[in-house]
Amino acid sequence: MNDFKGFRLLNGKISFLIDKRAVRVLLIMILITAAVFILSTGLGEMKIDPLTVLHVFFGGGTDMEKLVVTSFRLPRIIVSLAVGISLAVAGAILQGMIRNPLASPDILGITGGAAVAVVGFLAFFSNDNNALTVSIKWMPLTAFIGAAIIAIFVYALSWKNGVTPIRLVLIGIGISTLMKALTTLMMILGPIHRASQANIWITGTVHGSTWANVTVLVPLTMVLAAIAFAMARKMNIQELGDEIATGVGGNVQKQRFTLLMVSTALIGSAVAFAGGIGFVGLMAPHMARRLVGSSFGALLPVSALIGGILVMTADLVGRTLFSPLEIPAGVFTAGIGAPYFIYLLFKTRNS
Amino acid sequence: MLLKNNGQKVLGLIIAIILLLLFICASIIYGYTDTTWKMALNAFQHNNGSNEHLVITTVRLPRALIAAAVGCSLAIAGVLMQTLTKNPLASPDIFGVNAGAGFAVVIAVTLFSIGDLQAIAWIAFAGAAAAAIGVYIIGSVGREGLTPIKLTLAGAAMAAMFASFTQGFLVIDEAALEQVLFWLAGSVQGRKLEILLSVLPYLIAGWGIAFLISSKMNVLSMGDDVAKGLGLNTVMLKIGAGIVIILLSGGAVAIAGPIGFIGIVIPHVARAIVGIDHRWVIPISGLLGGILLLLADILARYVIMPQEVPVGVMTAIIGTPFFIYIARRGFNAK
Repeated sequence: MNDFKGFRLLNGKISFLIDKRAVRVLLIMILITAAVFILSTGLGEMKIDPLTVLHVFFGGGTDMEKLVVTSFRLPRIIVSLAVGISLAVAGAILQGMIRNPLASPDILGITGGAAVAVVGFLAFFSNDNNALTVSIKWMPLTAFIGAAIIAIFVYALSWKNGVTPIRLVLIGIGISTLMKALTTLMMILGPIHRASQANIWITGTVHGSTWANVTVLVPLTMVLAAIAFAMARKMNIQELGDEIATGVGGNVQKQRFTLLMVSTALIGSAVAFAGGIGFVGLMAPHMARRLVGSSFGALLPVSALIGGILVMTADLVGRTLFSPLEIPAGVFTAGIGAPYFIYLLFKTRNS
Repeated sequence: MLLKNNGQKVLGLIIAIILLLLFICASIIYGYTDTTWKMALNAFQHNNGSNEHLVITTVRLPRALIAAAVGCSLAIAGVLMQTLTKNPLASPDIFGVNAGAGFAVVIAVTLFSIGDLQAIAWIAFAGAAAAAIGVYIIGSVGREGLTPIKLTLAGAAMAAMFASFTQGFLVIDEAALEQVLFWLAGSVQGRKLEILLSVLPYLIAGWGIAFLISSKMNVLSMGDDVAKGLGLNTVMLKIGAGIVIILLSGGAVAIAGPIGFIGIVIPHVARAIVGIDHRWVIPISGLLGGILLLLADILARYVIMPQEVPVGVMTAIIGTPFFIYIARRGFNAK
């Protein structure tokens, strides 16, 4: 038991074990997140060295540097971080709940529902001159509503004396392909200009994030991630299968509903501000599992940070590598994440 | 399952074959150019070179046969993939075939400006095979050899990576997007019969081997340990199944581009109809896959005539309600 350290508080009323390796990995991940955060703030059209960036954070720097860092780059980077965290946590919840390594936000149709809502929004609220008749600010709300409606729809369709994971996921696949088909159909029937705008949204981009977005997204992500973390014990039980979970006293259906709603809210808010960024929700939890094992107490924070790092890096690459061309972050999440994941798979091949 | 004894299953198989043939005929006859059964018969017996006869022999016939062959191949590849990975969510694309083929085609079109469909078909085939072999090798590293979880994860990661590279290329080179979009959308339209004929031997080999190993797949589906205990050479069988999946899904993507949904959904529908015995699931899946793709392709011509809806869109619209009904009914319900 040298790998663990026990804690007892209040005469043993609260006790828990801490996995030393997980703490070590978590600390490293926090350092990497901070490093990417600062580096990403410094890089771009105007280069600012990391020390100056830190200086600006604490109120120093020239006016120009302050402007670039606080008005242009920070909101965007904070949104990337929050979106990555949301998607990764949601993916980890779904994989634990459904007990399938292929479960991801896209597979339940939640992202697809948001995409249909956005494409529909662009189609219905445009006039003949291809100009939107309502403010673009409503788009995140539309996406969120689309995601929520589809999540509830999938859950309701899967209900038959309770929801089993396999039925949930199969119906989710059906609905998500249907949503993709509807999106394609609307894009083909609509004007080409709207199609390309919708396409960028579907690929996923954090371009044009503002402080207003940050003030909505960050508290939401923090609250939801905290709820998810508080439910980590219950997810550990869910992963053992319905019979065992019921046997050890878990209210399986109620927990499943709560978990699904938490992950839907996480996905919905991420999708609302950054579109359909793929890969993170599917792969970040697997990377974390290869690093710290599959206990959710350690898995959730580590996969959250990996998700944040992935989206921040993808956005950094997208806006610097092909500058002045801006490439949506969604294009690069897999390009950066997959090689690392394959390396991890190779490294842990015998465990 | 819907059909309980062998007599009913044979009947089901015959009905499926008849339906497939009917839909092939329907696919030849219905469409933008008005044709009748009589015209179709005449076109094959004494072709007079009229517009209708030309449409039937050079456009509709290849299209119908391609839809049948591609649908059939994707469905069978899907069955094998789901058994091999022991995952009901697996589809041939978990091997990275679509993503690999897409990447190869985009590279060929953008860097080497290849435009000939026949050449593209071979490039797609090569890309699909390369990606699948790569996934297979990564999934097999380590002491335990090929395990479902490693294969699934390696495949999902590789597929995502290739898709990301493809997308990156297309964002940088927008002109290329228009050139390859027709291929990336996935369609059975506008392909010549020669493309099908050149790939057909591989497809037939795939169908044949799939049928031959079907009883062994039953044993494998009980788990590796049980299968080994019963004297099955699991390594050889897995390699065999892998080759069949590469032949079938690689061939399908070479002819028609990436077409989703069939590979993942049809196996479930087939299992709901005939149970879990692969000797029945494989042929029934093949027939159902062909039927669904033909039906989707026929309807795709009518929705926004004279334009056409991508066939992948139609398969999802037709297939999803039925699939949800089956999923709700329960796969194991007697």
